[in-house]
Amino acid sequence: MELQVRHLGKTFGSGQHRKEVLRDISFALRSGEFLSLVGSSGSGKSTILRLIAGLEQPSSGQVRVDGQAVQGPGPDRGMVFQKYSLYPWLSAAENVAFGMRLQGLPQRDINERTAYFLEVVGLQDAARKLPRELSGGMQQRVAIARTLATNPKVLLLDEPFGALDLQIREAMQDFLLQLWQRTGLTVLLITHDVEEALVLAQRVHVLAPHPGRIVSTVEVDLDKSDLNQLRLSPAFLEKRRTLAGVLRQLEPALV
Amino acid sequence: MVASATDGGGAKPLPLLSIGATPSPLVRSGLQVSSLLIPLLLWTVISALELVDGKFLPSPAAVLESLASMAREGILFQDIVASTGRVFAGFFLATLVAVPLGICMGVYPAICALCEPLIAMLRYMPAAAFIPLLIIYLGIGEEPKIALIFLGTVYFNVLMVMDAVKFVPKELIETTLTLGGRGRQVLVQVVARYSLPSIIDTLRINIATSWNLVVVAELVAAEVGLGKRIQLAQRFFRTDQIFAELIVLGLIGFAIDMGFRLLLRLSCRWAL
Repeated sequence: MELQVRHLGKTFGSGQHRKEVLRDISFALRSGEFLSLVGSSGSGKSTILRLIAGLEQPSSGQVRVDGQAVQGPGPDRGMVFQKYSLYPWLSAAENVAFGMRLQGLPQRDINERTAYFLEVVGLQDAARKLPRELSGGMQQRVAIARTLATNPKVLLLDEPFGALDLQIREAMQDFLLQLWQRTGLTVLLITHDVEEALVLAQRVHVLAPHPGRIVSTVEVDLDKSDLNQLRLSPAFLEKRRTLAGVLRQLEPALV
Repeated sequence: MVASATDGGGAKPLPLLSIGATPSPLVRSGLQVSSLLIPLLLWTVISALELVDGKFLPSPAAVLESLASMAREGILFQDIVASTGRVFAGFFLATLVAVPLGICMGVYPAICALCEPLIAMLRYMPAAAFIPLLIIYLGIGEEPKIALIFLGTVYFNVLMVMDAVKFVPKELIETTLTLGGRGRQVLVQVVARYSLPSIIDTLRINIATSWNLVVVAELVAAEVGLGKRIQLAQRFFRTDQIFAELIVLGLIGFAIDMGFRLLLRLSCRWAL
């Protein structure tokens, strides 16, 4: 699988209200890779994800999956939002089954895959609970399981842990990294959190705002066998400081 | 040391009328019962002391007796069936039109732009003003009465369903699209399902309007019905019957309200 983003541009409005949100965004993502886009608000990072998901149309350039131009939303690009990600009237298991049901999979396959993916995210015991009975972190895990159950080629995550408390956020990062290491997922993660990007991704593209554009790329070649140790290691802290510095320079007015 | 805050075993409750004060369950039930009991008591006292001529204000006993005799003769049952039948028929049709249309208007801005100005204006034409036209078009049978109830509630239903639909989180719709959902699946399985509690509540509020209109409809041309009976009672100066029918109207309305609340409870436990 290859996801190609080519010279992507997006402008909202026209005339006086014309606003260029993205300019000439290009990058690629191959099977099994974990890529992150980091930027402050106004960098258009969510818009990039929405263009890839097919929820918006680009003003210029295009998104290709395996050479095919993206025309609209589809289950080959699974998306997890920060908020309101679950259907509140369905139990955790029914939420996981929902996407497969939409696609008309046979009931037996749905039951099997639902049980499997609930187990993958460690929520087999919460199968019958309603979303409101689950913690924020558990809800996001159900949302990830639901997306994985429809067998996407790439998992698009839009600040998935942004609404969670710090401790839960770190636990969720550990969870996501292990999931990726175990299953060979392809992941594109949007975040404003430099640490989150460095902990999780193999490569980080840094976005500058107004209009959003990629200004630098960092390869993360750190040992990720123990994330708690990683977060405190000098090499990690050094990378984090550099990256935070780059972001800060892009928006000096905020400091 | 703050002694007074801890002794006595519990915090002093706020005065009942301060903002944020919640009465204890016992006090609350007491207040709710008084809400009905006090007017009944006043009524009993006033008629017992004959402060008002019994012809104008019949005593509770007289009203009860009148109710019992109408029940014995079977006219009460007949009236209830006729009136509720009209309300349910008209309101059912209004719901049948309003729910799909309201959902489409809430989801598709184009449909909203096409329908909203017209509906916003029609809504301000009093339904009762259509009665002469309805009689000319549909005669004096059941049709004009059902049509009146339909006209009087359909526009409010449409607009309120549309508003309810606008509260469906965009993320939920977009998630469904990225899971492979198509137009109809999104509308029925996500938008309608998410709005169901608000839609049931909308219907609960608006059926009160149909209940008002059925009486108006029956005043014009009807053989039976609670509203018709009231009109006949006026002719014979039977204020006891009027009171009895009014109480029945109130009780049935209350029962319908409770029915919708129960429906909400049973079908949307996730939203309560």
